[in-house]
Amino acid sequence: MKRDDTAITWVNRPRLGPLGRSYLLLFAQGMTTTLRHLFGRKKTIQSPEVRHEIPDPHIYRGVHRLNRDEQGRVKCVACFLCATACPAHCIDIVAAKSPWPDREKYPESFTIDELRCIFCGMCEEACPVDAIELTGLYDLSGKSREEMVFDKAKLLSVYDNTEGLGIRD
Amino acid sequence: MSPSIFIEPLSKIVVVLIGLMTAAAYLVLLERWVAAWVQDRIGPNRVGVPLTNIRLFGLGQPLADGVKFLFKQEITPSHVDRVLFFLGPLVMFVAAVSVFAVVPFGSVIPPEVFPKSWGIERPISLSIAPGFDVGVLYVFALGGIAVYGVVLGGWASNTKYSFLGGLRSGAQLISYELPLGLGVLGVVLATGSLRLDAIIAQQAQTGLWNVMSQPLGFLVFCVAAFAEAARLPFDLPEAEQELVGGYHTEYSGVKLMMYMVAEFLHMVLAAFLIVILFLGGWHCWGLTGSTDAVAWPIALVRVVVLAVKVMGMILFFMLARWSWPRFRYDQLMQLGWKIMIPWGTINLAAVAAWLEFGDRAARAMSLSFGSATIAVGWSVLLMVWVATVAADPTRGDRPSRREATK
Repeated sequence: MKRDDTAITWVNRPRLGPLGRSYLLLFAQGMTTTLRHLFGRKKTIQSPEVRHEIPDPHIYRGVHRLNRDEQGRVKCVACFLCATACPAHCIDIVAAKSPWPDREKYPESFTIDELRCIFCGMCEEACPVDAIELTGLYDLSGKSREEMVFDKAKLLSVYDNTEGLGIRD
Repeated sequence: MSPSIFIEPLSKIVVVLIGLMTAAAYLVLLERWVAAWVQDRIGPNRVGVPLTNIRLFGLGQPLADGVKFLFKQEITPSHVDRVLFFLGPLVMFVAAVSVFAVVPFGSVIPPEVFPKSWGIERPISLSIAPGFDVGVLYVFALGGIAVYGVVLGGWASNTKYSFLGGLRSGAQLISYELPLGLGVLGVVLATGSLRLDAIIAQQAQTGLWNVMSQPLGFLVFCVAAFAEAARLPFDLPEAEQELVGGYHTEYSGVKLMMYMVAEFLHMVLAAFLIVILFLGGWHCWGLTGSTDAVAWPIALVRVVVLAVKVMGMILFFMLARWSWPRFRYDQLMQLGWKIMIPWGTINLAAVAAWLEFGDRAARAMSLSFGSATIAVGWSVLLMVWVATVAADPTRGDRPSRREATK
């Protein structure tokens, strides 16, 4: 790029007027902004005593759960759509022949690596039977990597603990 | 010489040292609180009494911070100049602390406060070295030594970042020593003394604070004091968002703490100096009286008045940090050399002229000397300000983009 290229438009900083050069307005502006915030309402949430309120749990993407049907069985039909949709490859399903007459397969094991998960919600989108859902639980912690790989029992227990609590549904 | 003459200064030194360290620790907490409030947060409020659940609004935070600093691993990089690396923070810290030897923390403690058996007959002055004839000079001499702490730290670290930070800092501190000196010269000239207690006493006797008679000097001194304390908008030495960390990039643990505490003490000192030189020290109209012969309630009121003023000034320092953006390096130098130094010189000349011709001028204006001083002081400020805006001395330093990118 040459300096005298006609395609370049050289823009200069506008010169300040007398009011701007006197610094007084800028001085006052800066101080009033500071004071307004100094006495304004604070936005801090005192976690963990006060919980962060999720505006709408239905669209929040927190920890996963595996839903149960009316008879308490796992809803999942082991179709692998969620595992296929998952961009992080964190869902691992082992399918087996279903013991129940209303479906062909069921997940013998169903594990989600919560540390790999990016909480995009694609699995929930993909699921044809609404078996996998993301809840409003957002503070997820564990002491080891192994602990953060949730198996079927754990994911079902998330359902048991969140069902009807308004965290989801 | 009886050993008793050592008791008074030694006990003062102990009280001031402990008080300063505690104050610095709690000012760090206050700084964090103010920062949080301005940013719509709450700030530290968890740490209270150790090993209990009592929180005390986070008042235990300074203790936790101190313990953290003490037990942190202290790394001395292999490429540093070991002697200077150790000397840097030490020089800065010692200079910052010893300045407070001449700073008055009030006026006097009257003798009747103490038990008769102690045999104290004179009022005890509330500064470590009372009546030190070159008080102001001493303050500025030690303030100049603080530059060495910065430059030594930057040089001894033997890395680019520290070196550049040290350079910037050195240039800034040296540039702003001039307006700082010019600002204080007006006060010294008007008072006729370099003693800090005499400067307060003079303001108390006339009831005319120097900020009222020399607003221009006050402005110059304030700006220079901000720059000397390296506080935003003049915190180019550190500039934590821009530089890696300035001259103390390589420091950790106790040495880093010494730098941090010294910087805080600079701010405290700047607040004290502004209050003492320009805002009347312990004086407040109708509350504190003006002579040294006082009963203890008045003496106490004076300490409180001074403390309130200094706290207000420190709060202003902390709020200013969040109010205005940092100056660019060339803007900083322009402000110092092209605006502040001429303003300081004009102030000095105006004070000198007023001391010579003020009496006659006041009579000619048929005003009392005090009100004439105020009127002249403020009109000088106004005229200088308007003239500066009209002349725009930094105009030539804004080349067009095209020229600048040549």
